[in-house]
Amino acid sequence: MVLYRKGIPIWRDTKIISWAAQILSTILVISLLVFLISNLLNAANNRGFSLGFDFIHQEAGFPISESVVDYKESDSFLHAFYVGILNTIRVAVIGIFFATILGTLLGIARVSTNWALKNLSLVYVEIFRNIPLLVQLFFWYFIIFQSFPKVQDAISLPGGIYLSNRGIFLPNLVFSTESAITLFACGCLIILMIFSLYKITALPETYFARIKRILVYMASAITIVILVYVLTTQLQVSIDTPELGKFNFEGGLRITPEFAALLLGLTIYTASFIAEIVRAGIQSVPKGQYESAYALGLSKTETLKLIILPQALKVIIPPMINQYLNLSKNSSLAIAIGYPDAFFVGRTMINQAGRAVPIFGMVMLCYGLISLMWSVMGNLFNRKTNVGRN
Amino acid sequence: MITEQERSIFSITTSIYNWVRENLFSSPLNVLITLCVFPFAFYLFISSGDWILNKAEWDAITRNTRIFLIGQYPQSELWRIGTVAFITTNLLGISWHLKGVVFQRLSLIILVPLISVILIPPIFLDISIGLRSWFALVSMGFLLGYLLSKFQNLSTRVLLVSWSLSMIIDFILLRGIEGFGALPYVSTNEWGGLLLTFFLAIIGIMLSFPLGIFLALGRRSNLPFVKGACVIFIESIRAVPLVTLLFMTLIIVPLLLPEGWRLDRVGRAIAAITIFSGAYMAENVRGGLASVPVGQTEAAKALGLGPLLTTTLIVLPQALRNVIPAIVGQFISLFKDTSLVVIVGLLDLVGIGKAVVLGNVEYIDQQAEVYVFIAAVFWVFTFSMSYVSQIIERSLGVGDR
Repeated sequence: MVLYRKGIPIWRDTKIISWAAQILSTILVISLLVFLISNLLNAANNRGFSLGFDFIHQEAGFPISESVVDYKESDSFLHAFYVGILNTIRVAVIGIFFATILGTLLGIARVSTNWALKNLSLVYVEIFRNIPLLVQLFFWYFIIFQSFPKVQDAISLPGGIYLSNRGIFLPNLVFSTESAITLFACGCLIILMIFSLYKITALPETYFARIKRILVYMASAITIVILVYVLTTQLQVSIDTPELGKFNFEGGLRITPEFAALLLGLTIYTASFIAEIVRAGIQSVPKGQYESAYALGLSKTETLKLIILPQALKVIIPPMINQYLNLSKNSSLAIAIGYPDAFFVGRTMINQAGRAVPIFGMVMLCYGLISLMWSVMGNLFNRKTNVGRN
Repeated sequence: MITEQERSIFSITTSIYNWVRENLFSSPLNVLITLCVFPFAFYLFISSGDWILNKAEWDAITRNTRIFLIGQYPQSELWRIGTVAFITTNLLGISWHLKGVVFQRLSLIILVPLISVILIPPIFLDISIGLRSWFALVSMGFLLGYLLSKFQNLSTRVLLVSWSLSMIIDFILLRGIEGFGALPYVSTNEWGGLLLTFFLAIIGIMLSFPLGIFLALGRRSNLPFVKGACVIFIESIRAVPLVTLLFMTLIIVPLLLPEGWRLDRVGRAIAAITIFSGAYMAENVRGGLASVPVGQTEAAKALGLGPLLTTTLIVLPQALRNVIPAIVGQFISLFKDTSLVVIVGLLDLVGIGKAVVLGNVEYIDQQAEVYVFIAAVFWVFTFSMSYVSQIIERSLGVGDR
């Protein structure tokens, strides 16, 4: 490598300047890191706290108010954290499901030809996306779900639903393991059937296609007969309705006020953003596309399925995935209303075990992985649809 | 014969009729939707209006207006906050004649609530005379500035300098100087309410904006190490929720700094908000940088501008102008995110609301009123911010070239 070039002073040579900048910035960043880490180690030494992960197999010793899997106080810290992660995933998945449905409906309403519906949706969007999520959560939790009456005089809704300040009690479907497996198999069959029925509609008019179509129809008919037989005779399902016991409802499915408030808040807040994304996506398809599709003789459903949706989805899905990521991260506000998600459990673990640094590492890693999952999905989608390349 | 007047009435009624038919009853489905939506909207409107005017008890807010506005800021030092508000409205008045309507709209957004609070008779709004006179004085500040700008039209540059100077003066006024009798030190721990919310938002915006620009430029750097460090920083901050960062600056960062380097709680919250918002801002700015054509850089080089001047004079102004909506959107979410500091125990607007409700037995039934009030305050400011952003966009002619 030539260190200097003839005729160019050293301080003007871009090559040398860039090398110098490179080395300087490297030294700066590394010395900053060394500075921070040495301070951390010093503090650990002086104040006598440990940075190790050896505590995670010790007994957690704190209760968690709700859990998807079995949990008791004598379980390990690791298991407690696992419970927290599952709770985060539970509220995020259900929240994403409902927010997508509500947001899509609102977004379609935003481009409706009906003036009243359009403006109702606009008012919804402008109200809910401009108020901090935390304030909304407080509102739902403290004002709606905490103001339900005591268990003894719970509000009874038709269908065996009870509203009380200990939560919402719903009838629960209870079935044996075999029945669950049967149900799962039936579900798979139905999906397969719908998928093949969908596939054959797109086949061209040939002789083989006709045979295929007849075969699929026959198979579907047989499947339906089997399904009806299995579902009516082979299934052992009982409905477990909540009954008022001495202090609380017994049986049934209990939705805690914390979970309900968090779910409602996340759904309503995120739906307002999704509505705008859907609106923008629908409006991004030029009018000419509809007109040319009709001119080509496509029907209204065909136009929507083959022309409009593929183009609109390309615009909608990337920001939608971003909103899913936001919802997953916003679920950490659970700590404000006491829903035991990963962050809340992490906080409790810090109080209990006193290992702030490793536990924070675990919490951050957990959210980092969730974000990574969403961004991998976004990238896969972009690669598949070549967004931005045409 | 149909007279001219009758004809015009006739045309108005037909146009209304046409509008209603086209927009509300154009198809059977639309008729159904309209018949469902109108009663629903009407019911919502009437019941919420009834609640606000008749059912709701607002004394939790009207009796604690001072606490909601400024928190525990010492009563003897109130004049300092009054002065800061006066300076701000005064400057707004002076900036009234500045090009574009941005400042006019901003002034209106601030003045209309102020003046309406002063003018609503005490029967309806039970707040102290002192507060009313404070508000009146602050509004007078605007009038004074407006009159001043009538006589002496100040240039944009002078105004920019005075705005920046006023920020510094405001901060010194509010915080005070240790060991200086006239301006005793008021620890930021005593700040609260709307004052703290504004403080967090303004300082957060002022710090995170340059941070975002630096990170975005770093991410585009030719030096692999700088680029890598910026990418890792941006992506790892964006991957975690703000609440974790708030706790991190509260608990972990003091361990990473040598003993004796201590930020107070407000400072730590600002650090978290700045880092978080800066990472998002960097992505917005990066989008803007990518939208500037390469030809601009090449032309600047051909004109003999160095890298520094090319970036600051040619690339950045265009890049930032292209992403104003995204940047303001980030400011809005920063403003909303300041409410999260209540989780780390600061008494911002939300924190004060919670404290008022939980701290007084008499107000425990007024939770709904308190949270609705807080939501309304946030809503007014975020909505105005997006409104002003649209005006800025229009006045800068984005999309017109």
